[in-house]
Amino acid sequence: MDRAGSAPLTPSKPLWLLAELTYRCPLQCPYCSNPLDIAKYKDELTTDQWISVLQQSRKMGAAQLGFSGGEPLVRQDLEVLIAEARRLGYYSNLITSGIGMNEDRVAAFKEAGLDHIQISFQASDEELNNYLGGSDSFRHKYEMARVVKKHDYPMVLNIVIHRQNIDQIEDIIKMTIDLQADYVELASTQYYGWSKLNEAGLLPTREQLARAEKIAHDYQDRMKGKMKILYVVPDYYETRPKACMNGWGSIFLTIAPDGSALPCHAARQLPGMSFPNVKDTSIASIWNESSAFMRFRGDDWMQEPCRSCSEKGKDFGGCRCQAFMLTGDATNADPVCGKSDHHAALVAEVNRLTALSLAEVKAKPLVFRNLKNSRELAS
Amino acid sequence: MSDSSLSLDTVPRISPMFRFQWEEAQESHVLLYPEGMVKLSGSAGEILGLVDGKTSVAGIIDALKLKFPGAPLDNDVINFLETAYGQGWLRTVNA
Repeated sequence: MDRAGSAPLTPSKPLWLLAELTYRCPLQCPYCSNPLDIAKYKDELTTDQWISVLQQSRKMGAAQLGFSGGEPLVRQDLEVLIAEARRLGYYSNLITSGIGMNEDRVAAFKEAGLDHIQISFQASDEELNNYLGGSDSFRHKYEMARVVKKHDYPMVLNIVIHRQNIDQIEDIIKMTIDLQADYVELASTQYYGWSKLNEAGLLPTREQLARAEKIAHDYQDRMKGKMKILYVVPDYYETRPKACMNGWGSIFLTIAPDGSALPCHAARQLPGMSFPNVKDTSIASIWNESSAFMRFRGDDWMQEPCRSCSEKGKDFGGCRCQAFMLTGDATNADPVCGKSDHHAALVAEVNRLTALSLAEVKAKPLVFRNLKNSRELAS
Repeated sequence: MSDSSLSLDTVPRISPMFRFQWEEAQESHVLLYPEGMVKLSGSAGEILGLVDGKTSVAGIIDALKLKFPGAPLDNDVINFLETAYGQGWLRTVNA
């Protein structure tokens, strides 16, 4: 079926289930993708409720399962959930900071059937890593990455790249080689939630990017067949938007710690939306019928320039959250797109932010992601 | 890559980076890997279904010939297995 004209009658399947088990986290990264108002959500789904989510989603066709958070290791029932995921036939991914991990747990996860572990690093030097994470975590992460490989998991190392660590990209890559990562994600900060708040301190300059990109591509060639390096450029510098979530309500289903079902983990900030909760609605009904998941599915919701654009089936108009944050209207084209009327304003803002010297940038402290700051931002 | 010199005696196995399984919702065999999935064609699924870390390439071809009599498949199977090695889906079991 092509996507000409209107929204597809039958939604595709939720291939990807992201289980955000908790917003609790021992780290405080200032670019965290969790919402700013994490302090508001104290309730977490119980083990049985999560098991029901896993079962229902698998029946709907989900194959990839991400255990995420916050820090999923905070949940003491993680072993139980992993075992259930394996029984159901998921490929399960643990997306973790490594804090709360020890060798016994890594072995127990393997026994339970966990397929893959992704560990995040904040930087390749201890001081910067610990500063950005707001905790003395570097040595433990390093040790845990070794343990993960020892237990024969495929290992992804994820490093969020931004103005304050991008110049160390070569050291970062060397660290991942030393740790024998199978995949490395050098993921430029995306500006949502906490990172939007801190964008002046995080957005790299064009010159920094050009240099980093060259180094990353050089290592991609050098490591071919041994280690796969994904280098994601910050979309603020692009002229076409990312195909965000592969389209709204297309393949991604996020369940937040309190049971809210979201088409992406940043969607909570969109105004006038009410998101269904797995405590009172089935996954099938959420996916197939809820107004939240149908809101931007297909292309009926689009305005110009997206509506008549030949590329709308490729990028789906970009990111709804970014359109809202940068234009005030979630049905606008993502302003990353050169065809958007708001693109020039975004370019001007990027130029303004990156005109500041690193000293000026560092003079304004980053707002760390923690409950205290979350409460203060809400008041 | 040294792994790509494929002979009839080579014994392939699925790389530990991938999990091969039948996926009901896709009505096909798939390879799952960290945060991704490759949906396999019918013939690719048939071939990888015979990769068990014990059977040689010749053995895989023989098994397929039994299942699909008369199909001229030697080269197709070898070509596909070479592609699969190139994609990193397969490793060779050391003799």
